[in-house]
Amino acid sequence: MDRKRWKRMARWAPAAVVAMLALSGCGFLQGRQSVLDPAGPVAQGQLGLIESSFWIMIEIFIVVAAVLVVALIRFRARPGQTDLPPQVHGDNRLEFLWTIVPALLLALLAVGTVKQSFADTGSPLVPHSMVVQVTGHQFWWAFTYPSLGVVTANELHVPVGQKIELALTSADVLHSFWVPRLAGKTDLVPGKINYIWFQADKPGLYYGQCAEFCGTGHADMRLIVDAQTPAKFSQWVATMSHPDSTPTTALAKAGEKLFGTIGCSTCHTVGGTTFAGAVGPNLTDLTGRLMIAANTYPNTPKNLYNWVHDAPAMKPGVLMPSFSYLKPPQVKALVAFLESLK
Amino acid sequence: MAATTERIPHVIPRSDAYHENKLLSWLSVVDHKRIAQLYLMAGLLFFLTGGIEAFIMRLQLAHPNGHVVSAVLFNQLFTMHGTTMIFLAIMPMLIGFVNAVLPLQIGARDVAYPRLNALSFWLFLAGGLLLNSSWFLGGAPNAGWFNYVPISNPPYSPGLGVDFYDIGLQIAGIGTLMTGINFLVTLVNLRAPGMRLMRLPMFAWTVLVTMVLILFAFPPLTVTLFLQTFERLFGAQFFSVAAGGNPLLWSNMFWIFGHPEVYILILPAFGIISEVVPVFSRKPLFGYTSMVLATLAIGFLSFMVWVHHMFTLGYGPFVNSIFALTSMMIAIPTGVKVFNWLATMWGGQIRFTTSMLWAIGFLFCFVLGGMSGVMLAIAPADLQYNNSYFVVAHFHYVLIGGTLFALFAGIYYWFPKMTGRMLSERLGKWNFWLTLIGFNITFFPMHFLGLMGMPRRIYTYAPGNGFTFWNEVSTFGVFILAAGILFFLVNLVTSLQRGEKAANDPWDARSLEWSISSPAPPYNFAKIPLVRGADPFWLEKMHGNGHMLPAPGQEHHHGPPNTVHMPRPTMIPLIIAVALLILGYGFIYHALVVEIVGFMVLAVGLHRSMFTPDPGEYVPIEEEPAEEVGADG
Amino acid sequence: MANPAVTASQTGPEVVAALEPVDNAVLGLWIWLSAEAVFFASLIGTYLLMRTHTNHGLTPKQVFDLPVTLVGTLTLLASSMTFAIGYAQLRAGRLARFRSWLIVTVILGLGFLSFQAFEFTGDYKRGLTLSSSPFGSAFFTLTGFHGMHVAFGVFWLLSLLVYSFRPAFKTEGVTKAQVAGLYWHFVDVVWVVIFSVVYLLGKVG
Repeated sequence: MDRKRWKRMARWAPAAVVAMLALSGCGFLQGRQSVLDPAGPVAQGQLGLIESSFWIMIEIFIVVAAVLVVALIRFRARPGQTDLPPQVHGDNRLEFLWTIVPALLLALLAVGTVKQSFADTGSPLVPHSMVVQVTGHQFWWAFTYPSLGVVTANELHVPVGQKIELALTSADVLHSFWVPRLAGKTDLVPGKINYIWFQADKPGLYYGQCAEFCGTGHADMRLIVDAQTPAKFSQWVATMSHPDSTPTTALAKAGEKLFGTIGCSTCHTVGGTTFAGAVGPNLTDLTGRLMIAANTYPNTPKNLYNWVHDAPAMKPGVLMPSFSYLKPPQVKALVAFLESLK
Repeated sequence: MAATTERIPHVIPRSDAYHENKLLSWLSVVDHKRIAQLYLMAGLLFFLTGGIEAFIMRLQLAHPNGHVVSAVLFNQLFTMHGTTMIFLAIMPMLIGFVNAVLPLQIGARDVAYPRLNALSFWLFLAGGLLLNSSWFLGGAPNAGWFNYVPISNPPYSPGLGVDFYDIGLQIAGIGTLMTGINFLVTLVNLRAPGMRLMRLPMFAWTVLVTMVLILFAFPPLTVTLFLQTFERLFGAQFFSVAAGGNPLLWSNMFWIFGHPEVYILILPAFGIISEVVPVFSRKPLFGYTSMVLATLAIGFLSFMVWVHHMFTLGYGPFVNSIFALTSMMIAIPTGVKVFNWLATMWGGQIRFTTSMLWAIGFLFCFVLGGMSGVMLAIAPADLQYNNSYFVVAHFHYVLIGGTLFALFAGIYYWFPKMTGRMLSERLGKWNFWLTLIGFNITFFPMHFLGLMGMPRRIYTYAPGNGFTFWNEVSTFGVFILAAGILFFLVNLVTSLQRGEKAANDPWDARSLEWSISSPAPPYNFAKIPLVRGADPFWLEKMHGNGHMLPAPGQEHHHGPPNTVHMPRPTMIPLIIAVALLILGYGFIYHALVVEIVGFMVLAVGLHRSMFTPDPGEYVPIEEEPAEEVGADG
Repeated sequence: MANPAVTASQTGPEVVAALEPVDNAVLGLWIWLSAEAVFFASLIGTYLLMRTHTNHGLTPKQVFDLPVTLVGTLTLLASSMTFAIGYAQLRAGRLARFRSWLIVTVILGLGFLSFQAFEFTGDYKRGLTLSSSPFGSAFFTLTGFHGMHVAFGVFWLLSLLVYSFRPAFKTEGVTKAQVAGLYWHFVDVVWVVIFSVVYLLGKVG
């Protein structure tokens, strides 16, 4: 009878495993930020560890749960029981067994852990890599390409198939750089530089966001990595190196003037102009960006208008002040100028 | 240092005012069992506060771009939720159980320092009230429960919220440290004759190790809270990068405290499970010695794993590997415990009381939490999990599925001994099943959300990330979870008023607390019992006459006949706690007058505690023949 | 309850059970001091991390005055010795001599505190303050907390002195003095560590 119960249990176990597999591997857990859908070697290696540890854990869980369920059924108290069950105090061999077996399984995991730890970590010596300096700000990202002389914000452009090394630091509080499909996160610490590397295997947009609480705007400090073919990436670098920031329409020219007089330029740099503020995001080639407000809103003229008019209303905690005192034509002029940055 | 005063020869009348006036009797309380009730009630109130905070957050996150609360309020909510649950709900409730049970289990009449025990409680309450008063005084702290710098430093958190955090936790933390000292001395000195260390109930062992952890883990917290207080209030420069300070000093100091703190929260829960499982399996605990060793190993290892909270801070592969390995090692003794519990059930006669159901629920959920814990220990994989909802899922499985379920197992188990009444088993089963189901629906999807890339501590998320479905499921689960907790509250209130009267030993249990009446009399044991082996009460039931024998050497008694000399109620602990509360507000508001008042009250309190030694009072022994009670002076 | 133990006419002592190899107060103090040791270890660790972070300001070498510090150190060390002599007198039953040595100890403790006040005012005059640099912050926090412990110790010893005139002191005095002494010696030992790690290392490193 007990054996029969065991068999019934055994029949259920594979079903449970399949269910777990379905839950873990299935498409509905994938998304544009999913750890389970790696797009580069670093995230791939990390997923490998996640999966192997997951399977070991599931096996142990099934053993524990099965023993527990069998014990609960088989050894439940029955009415009329008066005799005492055997008062067993322990069994040295069994206790030794369940000390040593988990230890061996953990040793297995430990080997992979140490290997991957050393493989993931960037250093200034990762060969054939392109270095990008990443600086976290409340609540946006600054990207500097020292070898290319390019500075941009919030959208990180990289060529596919090449090792990218990031030198991470922060201008204010702790932040964390996390693009799950490319690599696990690493913190941006003021006064310290952390190195990591990643590589995108296929062109595309990879989403991420700040993963260390950094203040009111933490949830809206989002990230896009735009992995491009080498040709397209070179084109982007060329645009950024020789930006066309000269306004053509009268409205845009008025906007350019306002940009300098009402204070925009004390914070923002615009390549190809004399505006060289260093507090807020660099706005060079703004029309090339997909999103504004650290990737919180699509880059449309309407959003841009609302943003210039009253940024704090769109993104709580943003350090850019409200310009709601400006008259609509003035805001329109500023937007026209921003729309001309190519 | 109250307590021992058998040298005072004359009869001291009972301090009637403190006994007859209900309010005064609570304010002057020194009895560990009543202090336990205060801890449990205050802990429950803070638990409900933290629960409401969590509920609001789940409403906000039910849909992308939610508008239930603002970003500013959300950040205060999650900070206060974590801080409240850990420092003001779970830990005090555990300390409540320690107070309620430990002296009874080791055959003592109270703790070593009853006044200090009261002071510990009042300090916890003062700290908790001070911290929560920030809601009404300009905004709660909003830098997360581990309050990392620089975000919590003046330029980025200019309000008073973080000051309330620093000073509130400081006051509560001093109380906890005193609890640690008090129970260590109690465990060393007040064990009944024959209660050798290797005969201690497993709960007492876990308390012993927990108190050692408190003793060594809280001073670093005290120091780092002081460092930040000085930085925020007096302009010191420990963490400011501009002046050459180091923000990672806080991270390290906090987690050197914070990781042992995690085990402070789980070890007593292990202890409760180790009491409940044998009783309802009608078998002794399997592998007592290996359980003791596992508890010691967990306690020891808990001090060498703190960096696993900071794998993403960039300490490099070497440091990360070492801390990954030590973290994984904790799974070994924890596994030993789980297998020993299973082996205890195996071959027994399992009774599915509500208490046992909670213990079984604990086993399932805690094991899941432990498994995700091992996964988190793998440093490179943790780079993906860290600060994501996967971590949120993990620690709720450990803290709710682990500690809270064990607390429920404990309350259903010990409620008869604490109150003299039984909790309703029928309501209890509703309480259990709704909580279990609601908990899993709420928190299991968070594993998925973490793997899908959802960071914790975000007040909103974009629709395009695909987080919506599982967030909806999670918020749905909270309603079931809340209903489960509601059933507990109903059970608590109705059972306190008209619950079934409890027998002295309703569960056919094994340890000393079940050998005395329910509820326990003020002096616990009319005669200190003689412990003749492990599971002493069971031993007497099986091989003796079913009653504890009195320990020899108790014939000599100075006071009136049929009395026990017990500590006298006093307001001094309350006065000292109020003094620190006043001082706290004084420092937060830079109000010199308030500070001076606080110091003066403190000086009065300390002076009185030094120069008014406890004369004690003679408490009559209950259930004595009437003529003998009348002889009490 | 039908416990036969209760029906016996005699009842037990009180809270304390039969096992009591070490006095509650003494054991509690040792346990408290172990927490205090971790407290000071954390502060010393902080100081070691911060001592080179001088924010382009005064360095340990420029600030510390070894001869003056040595006088303060010897004062505190001497106070430990005078207390030990006094305690021996108390154990021998010579209460009056105990009181005299206690007074000497208190005076030496106050002497150490005045050394510290002298040192702190000098530092502030020269520009090393709690907020001037991480080094300054860590230095004043560590030595300040130690000073507060000394001040609390002086308060405690004075209380002991007052208490020694009460009748109860005859029975409880030795334990009370032992506990106060343990604390006082501990604070002294911590200063020896601070003297080495802060002042000597500061002059060398």
